[in-house]
Amino acid sequence: MIPVSWYLVLTLFLFAIGAFGFIARRNVIIMLMCIEIMLNAVNVTLVALGRGLAHTTAHVLVFFIIAVAAAEAAIGLALVVLLFKKTREIHMDEFRTLKG
Amino acid sequence: MWSSLPSFVAVYPETLLVVVASVMALVDRWITRKAVFTWATIVTALLALALVFLTQGTTFGHAYAADQYGVFFKTIFLLVLFLVALLAPGYNQLLGINFGEFYALLMYAVTGMMLMASTRDLILLYLGLELMSLSVYVLVGLLYAELRSLEGAMKYFLLGSFASAFLLLAMAFLYGLTGTTNIEAIAKALLAANLSANKALFLSAALFVVAFAFKVALVPFHMWSPDAYEGAPTSVTAFMSVGPKAAGFAAMGRVFLIALAAAKTEWTQLLVPLAVLTMFTGAVLAVVQTNIKRLLAYSSITHAGYAVLGIIAGTKEGMAATMLYLFLYAFMNIGAFSVIVLMRRRNFLGENIFDYQGLSKTHPTVALLLLIFLFSLTGIPPTAGFIGKFFVFRAAFEAGHTALVILAVLASAIAAYPYLRIVMLMYMKPPEKEVEISLNPYIFAGLMFAVTGVLLFGVYPGPVIDFARACCTGFLP
Repeated sequence: MIPVSWYLVLTLFLFAIGAFGFIARRNVIIMLMCIEIMLNAVNVTLVALGRGLAHTTAHVLVFFIIAVAAAEAAIGLALVVLLFKKTREIHMDEFRTLKG
Repeated sequence: MWSSLPSFVAVYPETLLVVVASVMALVDRWITRKAVFTWATIVTALLALALVFLTQGTTFGHAYAADQYGVFFKTIFLLVLFLVALLAPGYNQLLGINFGEFYALLMYAVTGMMLMASTRDLILLYLGLELMSLSVYVLVGLLYAELRSLEGAMKYFLLGSFASAFLLLAMAFLYGLTGTTNIEAIAKALLAANLSANKALFLSAALFVVAFAFKVALVPFHMWSPDAYEGAPTSVTAFMSVGPKAAGFAAMGRVFLIALAAAKTEWTQLLVPLAVLTMFTGAVLAVVQTNIKRLLAYSSITHAGYAVLGIIAGTKEGMAATMLYLFLYAFMNIGAFSVIVLMRRRNFLGENIFDYQGLSKTHPTVALLLLIFLFSLTGIPPTAGFIGKFFVFRAAFEAGHTALVILAVLASAIAAYPYLRIVMLMYMKPPEKEVEISLNPYIFAGLMFAVTGVLLFGVYPGPVIDFARACCTGFLP
């Protein structure tokens, strides 16, 4: 069996990729995808840890995270659609009404 | 264990809120008199408050506990709901957002906060946090015909979700270390296994600090807050400047003071620089603002910096001081936002601070009210703001953070300038333009309630601080 620590390393890499992408990219859709990558990195950790510890708690938490992520995506995409309709733009840099 | 239905008494207040909110969101289409929703919200808030004091016990397999600590925070949240329900109707009607969903979303957000305050399990903490955050993202974007509302909502949403991912990773590490998500069990496991020097525990504490710093807007994780505060409808800004912040502190108390008590030195080390940075950055940036909502956003960043001192102190007295601070902050901040709401007309935002010029000549009472709220935010006795600051500073001082308290006092000297500048504009400059005030019975009642709170607790804070201390007994040693 693959040891849990390997999964943890994988997770940290995935999480870092997501976090870096979120900071480096300005396209809102890509930023949303990066958040999903981060959340799924956490899911992988939890599943690995849950299996390592032979618990169900972690698996339950994973289901909750997936459900909440779906709700989050619904709100995020709704906002993107509204913004796009208004400005024809989905790059965060272009929204400069609020400043100071 | 599951053969009989468990008792749900502990979640009766939350159940009431969710049921009323869902009904309001559904029947909105058939009810033309929107005042019904305002009244329903006010009555539900008061009923839920009564229930909070009446219900006790735990439920969901001890994941949720209606304990004293939660009672104090729930009082704050329901007070905020009550005050915002009074402030909102006139303003929302003017902007065409006075519908059932507005009040329903407020109630969902409050439910999420209440779950955060009473949770004994990290899973429930996450769910409460998300219920609160998702509702508030939608509330910020409610004015979607205006670009700035959407932009504020988008920024808040992106950074809020980003922070949630950090929170989850922190929880995953803590779970991996201890094998449980129960907060008390985590504390015990960390002490028993002597993990206080563990690298993963440090990483988990750091991730928690980042996640909560985003939620309560500590510098350098505050970037979303001025934009979201300015873009949001003012009624929502009033709500989110107090409610989610207080909920964030409630969760911080549970996580840092209980679950991560073994890593106290580590998270204190991380929070102290954040607190200093927050107090100074908030104070300095507020000086250059000319939009009053943005100014109050930076002021609320500074205030989060003061409130975090109580958590840093890490004692019972410190937590009680933070709780008292948040309670008093609800009165003064929502009061100040009520005055901003008063200024709004159909074609006039009333958000520039120069709109307040000479207000004492044209509307002396409104100017006096704003003066009291601003003095309270500055921390001038005999207002509530002074009492709040005094107790947090004293708690931090008694816990041995002398340098931090000196810096906090310096920061509050800088922070006084922006408030006093508005006071100066109101009282020492002649009026430049005609300003109309849109007063209605609701907001009048709300303003009276807020100003009474600010003045009453400014001279007689005894009962509240005793109540806060009593609520922390049994929560902290």
